[in-house]
Amino acid sequence: MILPPYARLLGLTVEPGDDAPVLVMPFGPDVLGRPGFLHGGAIGGLLEMAAVGALWQALGTDETQVKPINLTVDYMRGGRDKPTRARGIVTRLGTRVANVEAVAWQDEPDRPIAAARMNYLILR
Amino acid sequence: MSQPAPSSFDPQLFFGLRYASHGTRLGVGYRTHGPDWAELELPYREDLIGDPASGVLASGPILALMDMATAVSVWLRAGAFVPQATLDLRIDYLRPATPGRTVIGRGECYRLTRSIAFVRGQAHDGDPDDPIAHVAGTFMATEGYR
Repeated sequence: MILPPYARLLGLTVEPGDDAPVLVMPFGPDVLGRPGFLHGGAIGGLLEMAAVGALWQALGTDETQVKPINLTVDYMRGGRDKPTRARGIVTRLGTRVANVEAVAWQDEPDRPIAAARMNYLILR
Repeated sequence: MSQPAPSSFDPQLFFGLRYASHGTRLGVGYRTHGPDWAELELPYREDLIGDPASGVLASGPILALMDMATAVSVWLRAGAFVPQATLDLRIDYLRPATPGRTVIGRGECYRLTRSIAFVRGQAHDGDPDDPIAHVAGTFMATEGYR
C-alpha cells in the first residue's frame, strides 16, 4: 500500500494483514485536538485511509481509482496519548460501488474509539 | 426562529492562538463568523494531497475542517468555549476540490440543547453555489452547554 502525502502528515505506518492492512497513527502535536486528546478530523482521516487500504486489498490492486462518496464517523471514546490502530472491512464489493466499514482502537480492538462506514465509487 | 445572543466566544482570537494541534498542522485559519455560524479556510498544500496523480486534496483534511467549523459554530451559539466532543459526523463528498484552490468551510449550529448540539455545514472552493462537501453531525457537551 503506497501512502499519499496526507497519510505521511498523519504519520501513518502500515502493518500487513490477511484481509486488510492495519494502519497505525502515532500520538503527537500534528494530530492533537483539545489538549491531551486526538483531533476528530485526524481520527476520521485514519479511518478513511484504513478503509481505502481494505478496498485496495479486496480489489487486488492499488492502481484502481476509488473515490469517496460519503463517510459517517461515530466517535465513541476520546483518543489518548498512545498509538491508534485502524482496520477496514469491505462489506460489499460491487462493480461500481463498494460499502466499507472501518474501526479505530487504542488498547483492545473490541474497545473502539471510533467507527466509520463509507461508500466508494470504483472507477474501473 | 429567535436570534441567538451575540457570543462572548471570539473565534478570531481562538484561531490567533495557533497552539500546536492538528488544525495548525493542516493550516486551518479563521475567515468570518456570525451568532451561530463560522467560516474557516484550508489553503491548498501539497502535503494534504490524497491522490498524487491528480493533486486532489485528501478527504480527511476536509472532514477535519468541517469538524472545526461546526465545533466553532456551537461555541458561538452557546456563547462560551464549552468542553465538547464530536458524537458523529457525516460528510457527503459532492465533487473533488480543485487542486490549488483554498477550501472554505462553513459550519452552523441549528439547534442547541442542554447536552447536545446539532450542526450542519458546507464546504466550497470559491463558489458557495458549487459546494464540494456537505456535513451533518452532533456534538455533546461533557459538562452541559448552559
